[in-house]
Amino acid sequence: MSALVPTPGQTIGPFFGYALPYDGDNLLVPVTRPDAIRLHGRVLDGAGDPVPDALIELWQTAPDGSVPRAAGSLHRDGYTFTGWGRASTDRTGRYQFTTLRPGGPTPYFALTIFARGLLDRLFTRAYLPGAAPASLRSLDATADDRGFVFDIRLQGDGETVFLQHARD
Amino acid sequence: MTELASQAEISDEIAQISKAYDAAGVTETRTRIDYPPYRSSVLRHPTKDLHPADPEGIELWAPVFGHQDVDPLEADLTIQHRGEPVGERMIVTGRVLDGEGRPVRHQLVEVWQANAGGRYIHQRDQHPAPLDPNFTGTGRCLTDGDGVYTFTTIKPGPYPWKNHRNAWRPAHIHFSLFGTEFTQRLITQMYFPGDPLFALDPIYQAITDQAARDRLVAAYDHDVTRPEWSTGYRWDIVLTGTHRTPLESDVEGAA
Repeated sequence: MSALVPTPGQTIGPFFGYALPYDGDNLLVPVTRPDAIRLHGRVLDGAGDPVPDALIELWQTAPDGSVPRAAGSLHRDGYTFTGWGRASTDRTGRYQFTTLRPGGPTPYFALTIFARGLLDRLFTRAYLPGAAPASLRSLDATADDRGFVFDIRLQGDGETVFLQHARD
Repeated sequence: MTELASQAEISDEIAQISKAYDAAGVTETRTRIDYPPYRSSVLRHPTKDLHPADPEGIELWAPVFGHQDVDPLEADLTIQHRGEPVGERMIVTGRVLDGEGRPVRHQLVEVWQANAGGRYIHQRDQHPAPLDPNFTGTGRCLTDGDGVYTFTTIKPGPYPWKNHRNAWRPAHIHFSLFGTEFTQRLITQMYFPGDPLFALDPIYQAITDQAARDRLVAAYDHDVTRPEWSTGYRWDIVLTGTHRTPLESDVEGAA
């Protein structure tokens, strides 16, 4: 049991676009790197419409399964894999990350979702295809020619499974 | 386009939800994500229960940010241009703690806010208040070894928005926080004591419990105020509990 009560969250609002995104935020590795892959998808609302003002953050293991402990995500040097990135959705609700394939026994991308209209952050996992445990099968990403596709549906048909961690 | 509700209609919805909350008698500490008075939330909140999950692997760690990521000057929002911004200069400081009360050390804090006139520099902000050529309204810092962050900025103004007719947001500063674990990620808003817009604002009221709402309100602190220079506010932030005891190596990237 926690000793202190957590501070409540609030929506990221409509105006984060000049504050949180930065050059190279969604490029965990350069696009030209031979082992670079893409994780991409769309963020959709309860009417199936794209959410053009969402922010997705990604946190993942390195290909060897290790947890990255290097700083430098805000000013990338092009060589150090920090395992963390941030992507804004575009006008059509699309986000994308250029990254490496996560490793480990059940490899997944840990994702945090923020958006105007979303009052508190949401967590989910995008597993490499086939890696999700039975209870989270819907969180398997789909492979495509250069990586993986993972759509995020905030509400309605095919609503994404969002996670509550034990001590939230 | 549907006609906008009046403030009276929104206030009535807020009052009904508040009444039901009081009647239920179960304390809520988090913000509701299903809160219809905030109209943009209606199609943007999940309707299924969150799936309980034990954090594992990468989720037990947070990304590391270090001195190559953040220039110490980024903590002063009043020196980003040639001249002094307009408005009430203020210092806002506090500690970032985990659920056990341990300081979150050498971790990234990001802020963004409107200027003194209530205008964001963002191109989508159509509020006809003046932009301030000497104020952008974004800042970053790393917490110190005691989990303390400090920003120098300008007190933001309230601003109008289009949730309903004559809707105004209480003055606030957006805060983005990381802990020692992925599961502690938090984005929230800091408010100022005694704001007359609190009762009218569906974003603030989406926290149904008064004690929980109070956790987003900074305290004026005369010990933070500096003579002939700036007023001072103090606001501590508590992240959710940890699943793992933080290690010295959690902060090695900051060395």
